[in-house]
Amino acid sequence: MIPGISITEILTLTSILFFIGIYGFITRTNLISMLISVEIILNSTVINFVIINKYLYPELLQGVVYSLFIIAVAAAETALAVAIIINLYKQISSVDVKETETLKY
Amino acid sequence: MNISYLFLIPIIPLVVFLVLGIFNKKIKPAVSGWIGVAGLATSTILSFYAAFQYFFVTGKLDGAYQTFTKKTVWLNFTDTLHIDLGILIDPISIMMLIVVSTISLMVHIYSRGYMKEDPGYTKFFAFLSLFTFSMYGLVLATNLFQIYIFWELVGVSSFLLIGYYYTKNSAVAAAKKAFIVTRFADFGFLIGILIIGFYTGTWDFETLNNPEGAAIANWASTSFMGLSVLTWALILIFIGGAGKSAMFPLHIWLPDAMEGPTPVSALIHAATMVVAGVYLVARLFPMYYFVEEGFVLNIVAYVGAFSSLFAAIIAITQTDIKRVLAFSTMSQIGYMMMALGVSGYDGHEGVGYMASMFHLFTHAMFKALLFLGAGSVIHAVHSNYLKDMGGLRKHMPITNITFLIAALAIAGVPPLAGFWSKDEILVAAFENSQFLYSIGILVAGLTAFYMFRLYFGIFWGKETNYAHKPKESPRSMTIPLVILAIFSIVVGFIPFSEYVTADKLGFVAHLNYPLAATAVLIGLIGIIFAWIFYKKENDLAERFANAFGIFYRWTSNKFYFDELYLFITRKLIFKRISAPIAYFDKKFVDGTMEGIGNKTLVVANKIKGIQSGKVQDYAFGFISGVVVLAIVFIYLWTN
Repeated sequence: MIPGISITEILTLTSILFFIGIYGFITRTNLISMLISVEIILNSTVINFVIINKYLYPELLQGVVYSLFIIAVAAAETALAVAIIINLYKQISSVDVKETETLKY
Repeated sequence: MNISYLFLIPIIPLVVFLVLGIFNKKIKPAVSGWIGVAGLATSTILSFYAAFQYFFVTGKLDGAYQTFTKKTVWLNFTDTLHIDLGILIDPISIMMLIVVSTISLMVHIYSRGYMKEDPGYTKFFAFLSLFTFSMYGLVLATNLFQIYIFWELVGVSSFLLIGYYYTKNSAVAAAKKAFIVTRFADFGFLIGILIIGFYTGTWDFETLNNPEGAAIANWASTSFMGLSVLTWALILIFIGGAGKSAMFPLHIWLPDAMEGPTPVSALIHAATMVVAGVYLVARLFPMYYFVEEGFVLNIVAYVGAFSSLFAAIIAITQTDIKRVLAFSTMSQIGYMMMALGVSGYDGHEGVGYMASMFHLFTHAMFKALLFLGAGSVIHAVHSNYLKDMGGLRKHMPITNITFLIAALAIAGVPPLAGFWSKDEILVAAFENSQFLYSIGILVAGLTAFYMFRLYFGIFWGKETNYAHKPKESPRSMTIPLVILAIFSIVVGFIPFSEYVTADKLGFVAHLNYPLAATAVLIGLIGIIFAWIFYKKENDLAERFANAFGIFYRWTSNKFYFDELYLFITRKLIFKRISAPIAYFDKKFVDGTMEGIGNKTLVVANKIKGIQSGKVQDYAFGFISGVVVLAIVFIYLWTN
C-alpha cells in the first residue's frame, strides 16, 4: 500500500513495462537483448502479483511468495538461456537470430 | 476297380518338370533327356496297364463300361457346388491317356535326337513334361472347373513351347498370337462354366452327364433369348473348345504355332492339345445331345464341316511343309467335330461319337508321325519350304517309308488306320445329312491330294542340289518314326465301337462297303492327281495355279484371314474404341487425380512462407493470438 498512488496507476505502469518487453522481444535480433526483454516482461508480471496482493488482499501473502518463486525460476531460466546462447555462439560465431533461420520450410 | 495308382500318371511328369526346371543348369543335357524319357515311360506303362485293366478286366458291369472317380473337395461353395480335384476313369479318358502317353513318349525319344546341341535342351524337356502333366490333368478331370484349370495350363505350356526359340521375332509373335486367341476363346468357356454352375448347381461331370439327372431333365426351365440358358452355356463352352481346336474362325493361331520346334508341333499341335476341344464336347456329350434336342450339336457339326473344307483348300496351296500339316490337322479336327455333331446317343445311333473318338485316336498316331517325319526332313535339309526339297527318297529311306505310310493312312487307303476311322465318320455323316456327307467326301479327296503333293514334293520330284548332302536322321529319331508307323498300320483294326461309345454299352460296327468304296476311290483319285502333278518335275501345277488366278492367290494367302483380324483389331478396335478410352482415362480420370495433387502443391507453395524460421515472426504470431484471445475473453464472452 503506497499512499497517494492508486492501483490503476501502478497497473498502467506494469502494462507499459509489459508491452515494452514484448516490443523489444519482437524487434531485437540480438539474442542477449531479447533475453533482457523477456526479463522486463517477467518483472512487470512480478510487480502485478505484488501490487494486486497488497491492494486487494492485504491480509494474505500468496502473491508475494509467488513473486519470489517467479524470480527464482527466472534466474534459472536466464542461466539456461545464456548457456544456449554460448553454445550457439560456438557454432556460428554470432548471437544474432537472423543467422539461425535454417529451421524453416 | 482300384484307381488310386492312376494318380501317379500325372504326378510323375510334374516331378520331372520340377526336377528339370529347378536344377536346369546343374543337370547335363545327356542326363536330362533320359530323365524325361524315363519319367514318361513310367507313365506310359501305367496308362497301358490301366487301359488293360479297365477294358478287359474290371471295367465292365452288365455289359456297360462303368465310370470310376476318386476325388477330394478342393474349394467349397455350397453343398453341391464345389471344385474337386481328382481323376475320372471312363472309356474316353482311358483312350486319351493312351494317346497322350504314346505320342508324348515318342516325342520325348525323338527330341533327344532333334534337339541335340540345342542350348536349352534341359529347359525343353522340362516344358515337355509340364505340358504332358497338364494334358493328363485335363484328360482325367472330374469336373468342369478342373478341366478349365488344366485347359489353361496346356495353353501356357503351348505358349512356352511355341515361343521356345525366343530370339526369333516370328516365334515370339506366334506364341503371343496363340495365347491371345485361345485365351479369348477360353473367356467364352469360363462364362459357360459359370452359367452351368449357377443354373444346375454342380460342375461334376457324372452329375451333369446323367441322362436322367436334374441338369438334363430341367434344361428347359430357364430360357434366354429364345434358347435355354444351358444351350447358351454349351455354345460358350464349344467356343472355348473351338479356340483350342483351331476351328473356324478361331483357327488363325495354329499355322503360326508351327514356329515352335517340330516335336512340339507333333505333340501339341497335332495329336493332343488341339483335340482337347473335341474331347471337351465328347466329355459333355450327353448334355450336348439332350439339351434343346441337340441344337448345339448342329452348330458343332457345321462349324466342323466348314473348318474341315476350308482348311483342306488352304492346305493345297501352302509351301511350308509344316503349315500344310497344320492345316491338315485343322481339317481332320473339323472332321471329328462334324462326326460328334451328327452323332446320336444310343447303340448304333452313336456311331458318330464312336467315329470321332476313333478318328481322334488314329489321327493322333499318323499325324504325329507326319510331323516327326517332316521334322526329320527339316533336320536334314535345314529348310521348311517345299522348293528346297525334292528327291529325298534316296537319302532318307526310313523317313520316306514311314512318311508314305502316314500319308496313305490319312488319305484313307485300306487297311491303314485312317481308312477305318474315316469310314465310320462318313457313315455317321451319311446317315444324318447328305450335305455334310458330300463335304466329308470332298475333304477326303482334297486330303489325299495335298498329302501326296507333300509326299511327292519332298521325296520325289526334281533333284535338288543340296549344299550339304542330306543323310538319314539318327536312330533316336527314326525309332519313334518306325514305332508310330506300326501303330498307324495296326490301330485301325481295334474294334473301337465295342469299347468307346456314347452310352458306354458298345455295339458291333460293320463296314459299309458302298460308302467305304466311294471314299477309297475319291482318295485314290486325289493321290493320282498328285502323282500326275508332282511326281516328275513339270509345269502342270503352275499352269493350274495360273488358271485359277485370283482364287489361287486368295487361297495361298489363307483367304486373308490374318489380315482381316489385324484390320479388325488394329484399325477398328484399337483405333476407334481403345484409343478414345485410353484418351479418356489419361485426360479425365488421371487428370482429376493429378489436378488435386497439383492444386495442393500450389497452395502449399503459397503458404509455406509462414514457416519462416525467424523467432520474431513466431513470437509475433503467438502474441497476436494471445491478444485476440484476450479480447475475446474480456469483451465478447461476457455472459
